[in-house]
Amino acid sequence: MSKKMHIKLTVNGKEEEFLAEPRELLIYTLRERLNITGPHIGCETSHCGACTVTINGKSVKSCTMFVAQADGADVTTVEGLGTPDSLHPLQAAFKEHHGLQCGYCTPGMITRAAKLLEENPNPTEEEIRFGMAGNLCRCTGYQNIVKSIRAAATEMNAAKEAAE
Amino acid sequence: MIPAAFEYYRPKDLSGVISILEEHGDDARVVAGGHSLIPMMKLRMADVPHLIDLQDVPGMSEITVTADTITIGAMTTQHDIIDSDELAKVAPILREAALQIADPQVRYMGTVGGNVANGDPGNDMPGLMQCLDASFTLFGPDGERTVPARDFYEAAYMTEREDEEILTAVTIPAPKGGYAYEKQKRKIGDYATAAAAVQIVKEDGKCTAASIAMTNLSDTPIWSEGAADALIGTAVDDAALKAAVDAMLGDIDPSEDNRGPVAFKRHVAGVILTRAIQRAWSRA
Repeated sequence: MSKKMHIKLTVNGKEEEFLAEPRELLIYTLRERLNITGPHIGCETSHCGACTVTINGKSVKSCTMFVAQADGADVTTVEGLGTPDSLHPLQAAFKEHHGLQCGYCTPGMITRAAKLLEENPNPTEEEIRFGMAGNLCRCTGYQNIVKSIRAAATEMNAAKEAAE
Repeated sequence: MIPAAFEYYRPKDLSGVISILEEHGDDARVVAGGHSLIPMMKLRMADVPHLIDLQDVPGMSEITVTADTITIGAMTTQHDIIDSDELAKVAPILREAALQIADPQVRYMGTVGGNVANGDPGNDMPGLMQCLDASFTLFGPDGERTVPARDFYEAAYMTEREDEEILTAVTIPAPKGGYAYEKQKRKIGDYATAAAAVQIVKEDGKCTAASIAMTNLSDTPIWSEGAADALIGTAVDDAALKAAVDAMLGDIDPSEDNRGPVAFKRHVAGVILTRAIQRAWSRA
């Protein structure tokens, strides 16, 4: 065992401080240490995207980052996007358009899609498919996932226009 | 999946990195994006007792474009490359290649320096850098030195870089003419079954200069001078295309793996190079 290090993280706006071995993977920190269980462990080999979170403005597979690397970082998980009473437009759209079946990939899908829409607020279907290529769905629900993201984009753009 | 324990360092400057490398030799490794190294550590195929994180070392993420050269800091990510309109203007092949690497999440983390320094034959940037005649800046205890990309790769994961050196930047002469990066892969996120990087110059309907490099078809990238020579002086007609493919096939040495047997890889290499040359020529 290597010696523990003092880690500071901001997760969904809340500051967290703890001692951890540097080799702890961020997905385990989130799920087992902080009880933030939205990000899932799917493949654990950087392929499936179920563990996707946003770290300092980047979509990252949290199974492929040591907690030591994330020391000082700002992390957003699906829990930071909406609440049961006030769903994020992406969450509402996935619900409305049947963008999930078993739901296992959904937190990663939604977290990644939120970043995609931030960078490209009005993506084409092709841009959505390319931008979501790091997230796998084994219920083969891609058709409705794309539809959900398109719908959320439309909704978010309309809300933005109304606000202006 | 839990990797073996390691000591973690996050030095604030290059000399801090070098002193840890000097102290621990090949027991120490630097980590940039970590998307090659961390999976290997999780599988316990890489044992890294001393891990040096480069994220706090300043000045390694800059893209500098002058009239003749492009310099890309080693910590520049694939996402940064794709995002740079300046780079897309002077060297569009970089964006075309970066978009074919891994997937969006991995491209936010994966760096140019890691991609070229790791020496993985599956990585796309080494062949691309050989095509573009890039050179790599290495920094070590005795200061800085420069190694041409075409002399950097010795074997799989074996490069000219010494254990106590780190690769800090890539410098590319501003490319001329048409370009293409063509990659055949089984799915998004996969390494190439075969990939080709082509730059080609057209004057009065004839090819006057060309550079061709192939990826994942040997244990190093293959810069095929013979393939380029077969195009020079021609109008890049069918006969020239065939001669270039034949020359390239004489230079590569693929091995059988889960992407297919040798005969299949040679077939795909020919198809991919033909497409790359045709697309580069149409843009020249």
